[in-house]
Amino acid sequence: MKTELTTKKELDHVFTVRDVSVSYGDFTAVKNVSMDMFKNNITAFIGPSGCGKSTLIRSFNRMNDLIPNAAVNGEINYQGINLYDEEVDPVQVRRRIGMVFQKPNPFPKSIRENITFGLKVNNMTDNLDDRVEKALTQAALWDEVKNDLDKNALDLSGGQQQRLCIARTIAVEPDTILMDEPCSALDPVATKKIEDLMQILVKDFSILIVTHNMQQASRVSNYCAFFTTKATDDGRRTGELVEYSDTKTMFTNPSESLTEEYISGRFG
Amino acid sequence: MNSNSVFTETKKERQLKELAFLSILYFCVTVAIVTLMTLIFDVISTGYSRLFNDYELGLISKVTIDNPRDFLTSLDSRDPLKAGIGPAFAGTVWLMIIVIFATFPLGAGAAIYLQEFAPKNKLTRFIELNLTNLAGVPSVIYGLMGLAVFVRLAGFGRSVLSGGLTLTLLILPVVIVASREALKAVPDTIRQGALALGSTKFQAIFRQVVPSAIPGMVTGMVLGLSRAIGETAPLIFMGALTYVNYYPDTPLSGFTAIPIQVYNWIGYPQAEWKDTSSAGIILLLGLLLSMNALALIIRNKFEKDW
Repeated sequence: MKTELTTKKELDHVFTVRDVSVSYGDFTAVKNVSMDMFKNNITAFIGPSGCGKSTLIRSFNRMNDLIPNAAVNGEINYQGINLYDEEVDPVQVRRRIGMVFQKPNPFPKSIRENITFGLKVNNMTDNLDDRVEKALTQAALWDEVKNDLDKNALDLSGGQQQRLCIARTIAVEPDTILMDEPCSALDPVATKKIEDLMQILVKDFSILIVTHNMQQASRVSNYCAFFTTKATDDGRRTGELVEYSDTKTMFTNPSESLTEEYISGRFG
Repeated sequence: MNSNSVFTETKKERQLKELAFLSILYFCVTVAIVTLMTLIFDVISTGYSRLFNDYELGLISKVTIDNPRDFLTSLDSRDPLKAGIGPAFAGTVWLMIIVIFATFPLGAGAAIYLQEFAPKNKLTRFIELNLTNLAGVPSVIYGLMGLAVFVRLAGFGRSVLSGGLTLTLLILPVVIVASREALKAVPDTIRQGALALGSTKFQAIFRQVVPSAIPGMVTGMVLGLSRAIGETAPLIFMGALTYVNYYPDTPLSGFTAIPIQVYNWIGYPQAEWKDTSSAGIILLLGLLLSMNALALIIRNKFEKDW
């Protein structure tokens, strides 16, 4: 499962994105994105509000399908398969590519049922108790909740809820986890727990994280993509990918002046 | 005038204005409460004696009592002291059962389709608009329709089944609107969370969204039901009976219901009927209030802070 992190070329690709634009009706939220993302790495998307980073990440597991007039152009290849091919079943896509949302969204049921729901709909009902324990352990939540698995998940703290959401995501054994600003609703202590957790999870999963927080991107990610908005002719703003490189390079020696301005705090 | 007056001079005037306005609001509340209390007190003071066969109080104590019958279980009679509400009570219970079994699947099904599956187009909007309009249609119209469709066309006759189905149509719009509100209150993040785990849309809706909305749907259902059992006009129109001296034993039995029975009794000239009618009203009020309380309890118990 592990890959030696030597050079980009030798890494396994998870996503290969080519000329992707996402639009809602006649409004283009983000356009012409091409980038490769690598297995067992954490890739961070940073940039100001409205730059389309959340829109883009939601097109990676076809969550955008739920928005009636959303359209994805270009190619999003996942392990060699174009996710937007006619024959591809979005339900299977979402099962392989899990997602953790901005606001913790546990189901209003017991902690155990939060984990078993995903297992049941994916017919992974053998050894349910073991799977629940494994997922909660992986999400660093087991010790805190092992004695009250039947407690309502809404009674947990925000940080615990978010780790529960991570636990139920990894319970169905995806390859990749998409995280859409997973810490923006959490306090610094809970944020640190999630960040530490990501460092452990990345051994088994590939992780994509959208964050507003540049420090967070520099702390957790191996690769970093910087997006910004540009005004179009009709006065609306469209997101664009400005720079994509390994995190160290981006934060020490960015090649674009716009990136440097953003990460040094002069803009955004 | 000292320099601080800018902070002080407006206070008195505003307090007066606020007091005047609050007084008007208190008056409005008082009118509503006093009216309700007067009605309840009046009904209880006249109906109490007949309801509990306790003739020390009330009008009937002045009349010679010749072996009065138990009010709740006796059959109707030409004698106000012997007339009981038994068949009407049973009729109302029959109606409630039929309404529950017909309304819940229809109301929940329609609400789930409209809220979760229906495409957002002109036809859907037209249906939604008309649902809201249907909720405001006078109940007599539903009686006419029940007569035409269930009594005649479907051949159910003037039976408790026809009555129940008529009341079902009457409360369906209200139940659908309330159920949709309950579904709408389930945050989208729950749907997304379920879908992101690889569930299908059906699984997400029927295993997460609908169960979360059930308390709200049941609350709407109970409120609809309490409206249904208080209705008189549509039942009279579709041909409920007024003098029933047997208990309905099948869905196709003829029937009467508490409000019809009360309406009928109160039309008789003898003074004693007033007590008997009031006893019926107390029973109906008790049923309605306990159902509304049940709705409140369900709502408070399951209310979620997302």
